[in-house]
Amino acid sequence: MTTTARPGAARARPAINLHVLGPIVALLVLVIAGALMNPNFLSYANVTNVLARSAFIGIIAVGMTFVITAGGLDLSVGSMAAFIAGLMILVMNALVPSLGAGATTILAGMGVALLCGLLAGWINGILVTRMRIEAFIVTLGTMGIYRSLVTWVADGGTLSLDFALRDAYGPVYYGGLLGVSWPILVFLLVAILGEIAMRKTAFGRYCAAIGSNDRVARYSSVDVNRVRLLTYVGLGLLVGIATIMYVPRLGSASAATGVLWELEAIAAVIIGGTMLRGGFGRVWGTVVGVLILSLIGNLLNLTDWVSPYLNGAIQGVIIVLAVILQREQRPEG
Amino acid sequence: MPQHGPQLGPQHGHPPAEPRLALASVDRSFGPVQVLHSVSLDLRPGEVHALIGENGAGKSTTMKILTGYLRPTSGEVLLDGRPARFPDSQAAEAQGVVLIHQEFNLAEELTVEENVFLGRELRRGLVLDTRAMRDRTAALLDRLQARIDPSARVRDLSTPDKQMVEIAKALGREARVLVMDEPTAVLTHRESAALFDQIDRLRAEGVALLFTSHKLDEVRRISNRVTVMRDGRVVLTRPTADMTEDRMAEAMVGRDLSALYPRRATPLGTDVALRVRNLSVPGHAEGISFDLRRGEVLGIAGLIGSGRTEAMEGLAGLRRHAGTVEIDGRPVAIRTPRDAQTLGLAYLTEDRKGRGLLLDKDLRENLTLPSLRDFARPFVDRRREEAALDAAIRDFDIRAPSRAARAGHLSGGNQQKLLLAKTMLTQPRIVIIDEPTRGIDIGTKQQIYDLIHRLAAAGTSVVVVSSELPEVIGLSDRVLVMRQGRLAGEVEGATKTEDAIVRLAMGLGTERNATVAQESPA
Repeated sequence: MTTTARPGAARARPAINLHVLGPIVALLVLVIAGALMNPNFLSYANVTNVLARSAFIGIIAVGMTFVITAGGLDLSVGSMAAFIAGLMILVMNALVPSLGAGATTILAGMGVALLCGLLAGWINGILVTRMRIEAFIVTLGTMGIYRSLVTWVADGGTLSLDFALRDAYGPVYYGGLLGVSWPILVFLLVAILGEIAMRKTAFGRYCAAIGSNDRVARYSSVDVNRVRLLTYVGLGLLVGIATIMYVPRLGSASAATGVLWELEAIAAVIIGGTMLRGGFGRVWGTVVGVLILSLIGNLLNLTDWVSPYLNGAIQGVIIVLAVILQREQRPEG
Repeated sequence: MPQHGPQLGPQHGHPPAEPRLALASVDRSFGPVQVLHSVSLDLRPGEVHALIGENGAGKSTTMKILTGYLRPTSGEVLLDGRPARFPDSQAAEAQGVVLIHQEFNLAEELTVEENVFLGRELRRGLVLDTRAMRDRTAALLDRLQARIDPSARVRDLSTPDKQMVEIAKALGREARVLVMDEPTAVLTHRESAALFDQIDRLRAEGVALLFTSHKLDEVRRISNRVTVMRDGRVVLTRPTADMTEDRMAEAMVGRDLSALYPRRATPLGTDVALRVRNLSVPGHAEGISFDLRRGEVLGIAGLIGSGRTEAMEGLAGLRRHAGTVEIDGRPVAIRTPRDAQTLGLAYLTEDRKGRGLLLDKDLRENLTLPSLRDFARPFVDRRREEAALDAAIRDFDIRAPSRAARAGHLSGGNQQKLLLAKTMLTQPRIVIIDEPTRGIDIGTKQQIYDLIHRLAAAGTSVVVVSSELPEVIGLSDRVLVMRQGRLAGEVEGATKTEDAIVRLAMGLGTERNATVAQESPA
């Protein structure tokens, strides 16, 4: 039944299987289908548009990959983003009289966003690790809290960014480097760093170990609580970054900001091949998942074959398919 | 301690009954790997058949083929002399052939009666006939003389009670053939004895039974015939009365096992590596004090539940604890497992599947998990990891289906070796090994004993916690005995006997042992 695994012989080779290739094949099929259906699909304008819109969810989804890989979940990211956006706008508007409608005010606003994100992630993380409350419950709670707070701060309406500030802040969404807009560049950077952290660092390995069996990780002297906490703090920080890129796009925040972002981010993570129950995650897969989800929306808008109202239905089918593919990877008892 | 009393079944002396279930020249391959070679085996009514062999010898596969969980690649399964067709395990159960898994297949949240009738509930019209099911369950449990409330929730039952429920469930399905995978692995001595009474009863009722065990004294005690497997082949099938434990072990391993426990080659030094004073783990252990010398092997014995594991987990920073600990004469505070690792103290868990290994990860990821920081600077060096795995496979003789295999696919013995390799990679100077050979075949046991011996000879201090008395006596220089969360005494040299340890563990200290118990170490 057993053969000796000889040193040096038969090194672990990454097996080529549907589980790895699935998301990529799906993405390619979508791109080809899009190109055939509408010649504008591959145009520079459309591609940049799709990528820039994906960036917000994408940045968050990279952070979500670590949380889910470590066996956690965060439902609060959408309302967290809305709350941070609202707070950012309030702070920046209040600073305009003293600091002017320029870079200083915007940097202060960015600082607030990052700080808020860190803090919000830390709160989620502390509740999950120290208080040992189920991540689903914790973040369901904070999701409601942030959503309610932004509604309250906006007094049920919309918080608008000072008009002078909009002009100064606009380039962060609309500008770019060498024809690539900032959100895309930031998304790319976050994805690359995330991929490296997941595959090459002890932290990434610890996340997978904890998600696979947190008791084994603890008995292997991994600081389970610290790693878990860091995944939530990291995700909070990334929500802050995503919000920094998002605010200049519309220049406002309301109770409707960031609605269902958490589900889109989780869906992207799962489509990308990360296991919802934890133990295995891959960041590049998440990036592919984000692109698949936003391409579907884009395709439905560009063609009149299927009503764009069915966007959610098609995304739902894709999510279920992705999970069916995952099932084969389940290890035997 | 092995009891060589005659324990033959009721048909002893009569011509053997016709086989009820049999394998005829069964081969089985998984992909290119052939794991069973022409296995023939027969189970007769009113007979207990023991199937023994090292881990990986093919016992599990054989049992699964007998009970419809796997199909033979070639050869036949015969039920009552006719070729049987078991498309799956349900079909086998429908024909009275039931496998009881080592990890039970019970719905923890349901009651005993709901489990017994799961999937074939009795109905009265549209609604469930709860009363009939309760009565029938009570009758089945009575037949087993098990005092279990049919309406108790399975989650709340003890392990042996769960096993009784499994057996009741099998009887409720009118099992004529009962196959049990290591039924006593999770039981204490007394619980095993109770199980054997039930097995005797079932045998008298004419059920054909097959069980596997690593405990050869049990095989002697309970079986009528024994089949030994090695490397996927049947080595022999004999009446148990014709076999001794030594002959069984040798047939399993295929070589002589005279020197199971290695002898200390060099005299023990006097340097104290670890000094523990008044260690307490709230709710589990109190007032534990001992010294561990450099290169010493210190045994810790005691009944299950005596706080051995909890005390050691406290020492390793896995549980809250109080007391003073000195390593190499310096006071240390071990609050987390990482503190312990930094100080060169490692704890190897008794629960290798639940706490020891990531079953869905490969060998490499398991091996380097505790020492991953040494491989990351700042990025994990895959090449050095592979080199470490090469070394571990060589030094610890880890046998895996392939290098990329998941830990969960290794046999128990190889999992234990991987766990040892993983722990030793952190280069501890003090190692606490909890149940070093639980559920492991005798050949691998010997290898692990050798390893422990070599570690100690190289100056590592070792604590061995074990429920197996011959093991803890054979391996250790001294043995501490725990009882109800406290040290009950210490035995060494001539006093290091099973009898002395059992007396201390049960609180029956003889005069001599009582004096030993009062000596405070150094």
